[in-house]
Amino acid sequence: MTVKSKHVRIKGIKDGLVFLLDDKCPFEDLLSELRYKLEHSHQNILTGPIVHVDVKLGSRPVTDEDKAAVLEILKSQGNLLIRSIEAVEDQGNVDPEALFLMSGMLRSGQVLHHQGNLLFLGDVNPGGTITCSGDIYILGALRGMAHAGVDGNQDAIIAASLLSPTQLRIADVISRPPDEWGTRESSMEFAYLSSGAMQIDKIHNIVKLRQGLNVFKGV
Amino acid sequence: MGEAIVVTSGKGGVGKTTTTANIGTALALQGKKVCLVDTDIGLRNLDVVMGLENRIIYDLVDVAEGRCRLNQALVKDKRFDELYMLPAAQTKDKTSVTPEQVKDIILELKKEYEYILIDCPAGIEHGFRNAIAGADKAIVVTTPEHAAVRDADRIIGLLEQSSVESPKLVVNRIRPGLVKSGDMLDIEDILQVLNIDLIGIVPDDELVIKAANSGEPTVMNPNSPAAIAYRNIARRILGDAVPLMQLDRKPGAFSKFKKFFGMG
Repeated sequence: MTVKSKHVRIKGIKDGLVFLLDDKCPFEDLLSELRYKLEHSHQNILTGPIVHVDVKLGSRPVTDEDKAAVLEILKSQGNLLIRSIEAVEDQGNVDPEALFLMSGMLRSGQVLHHQGNLLFLGDVNPGGTITCSGDIYILGALRGMAHAGVDGNQDAIIAASLLSPTQLRIADVISRPPDEWGTRESSMEFAYLSSGAMQIDKIHNIVKLRQGLNVFKGV
Repeated sequence: MGEAIVVTSGKGGVGKTTTTANIGTALALQGKKVCLVDTDIGLRNLDVVMGLENRIIYDLVDVAEGRCRLNQALVKDKRFDELYMLPAAQTKDKTSVTPEQVKDIILELKKEYEYILIDCPAGIEHGFRNAIAGADKAIVVTTPEHAAVRDADRIIGLLEQSSVESPKLVVNRIRPGLVKSGDMLDIEDILQVLNIDLIGIVPDDELVIKAANSGEPTVMNPNSPAAIAYRNIARRILGDAVPLMQLDRKPGAFSKFKKFFGMG
């Protein structure tokens, strides 16, 4: 463990200390860094009179056991009196329109899951799987399996520069090309559900489906 | 310090052992000091293809477990003075050695030899992890079939997660006639899916089967098209820019994938 990592920040306030714990890194890393800071690097400021401590976990989804694990480490330091431990419940604050960008190459046997909408720059090969709770946009070839709206969102769509999947799923509808689809063209396409059935259309027709989109009408 | 190259494919029967034997022999033909390592414990074949089966005394497992020194287990080739082979055990299974043990053996061999070619067993389990443990580079062998390409893709994914450098592709057993008539996967189709550098294409050649059965690697026979292909691969490993073999292909497509290889 290097002292450089910044998952745990300790700030002084007028009546105690605030522990700001990063909410993006793996929980295990967080615990080991906290342990390290208490036992090694920050020993000098943590010995002495009793200090009140507030712990802020950020927007990390934590269980009671996780909180207990953090408390356990803090309690090992006799002079720390834990006043509060809080995690911001901001699951609802995630912008549902936000597009998460990711690049790479999804090869056979590999699985990519994302909570939200995903823009994937690269190919999804046969045997590769991409799943999303929202929409999936692929700048590349989709030759594997894509599942949009895994949590049951029937309005989710799947778009790809080359839409040539082994299977497509939206919510709980499963479709496989080409027998269920109509004629195909080689331009960028997207798949959507229309009264429970998978449909394929050219990407510029997406406005018919998404009324709320900003549409360029020329100048 | 030598270079360790693992020859792998995922799917069985695409020509890993033949490729290992032939590239190894071709490198020896070029005057390099080469050691072939068979990691297919329990199903060893490399010794048969090389025609060295009756010279084996100790094997990889004996070395790993300290029953003999590494030098005692190495079998010298009957054709070249600078070509050696470390055979796998036939009586044990893949779990009788650990990746760490193989890594140590390869590291030891790298001090002595310029090129170490590791013949990997089929599959993605323990045997595969043993084989890639000590490797610096990888050659992925595939044939122009969907099943083989699918497995090659899986293997490339696993190699990318490991410490092995960017793998190179060998497309084996191409039948130009079938490719031309559209009944066999095109090399460009394969490259589009796998998206890695091509290091060689090997035409299907009956002489390969004949040679393997007589324990004489094909590369020794200059009349075999596959032999020329393997020699070309060996030269590319040595850093020469050798154009890809002209199979019976449309000139347009050929120049395109020559360009892909950086020679167009």
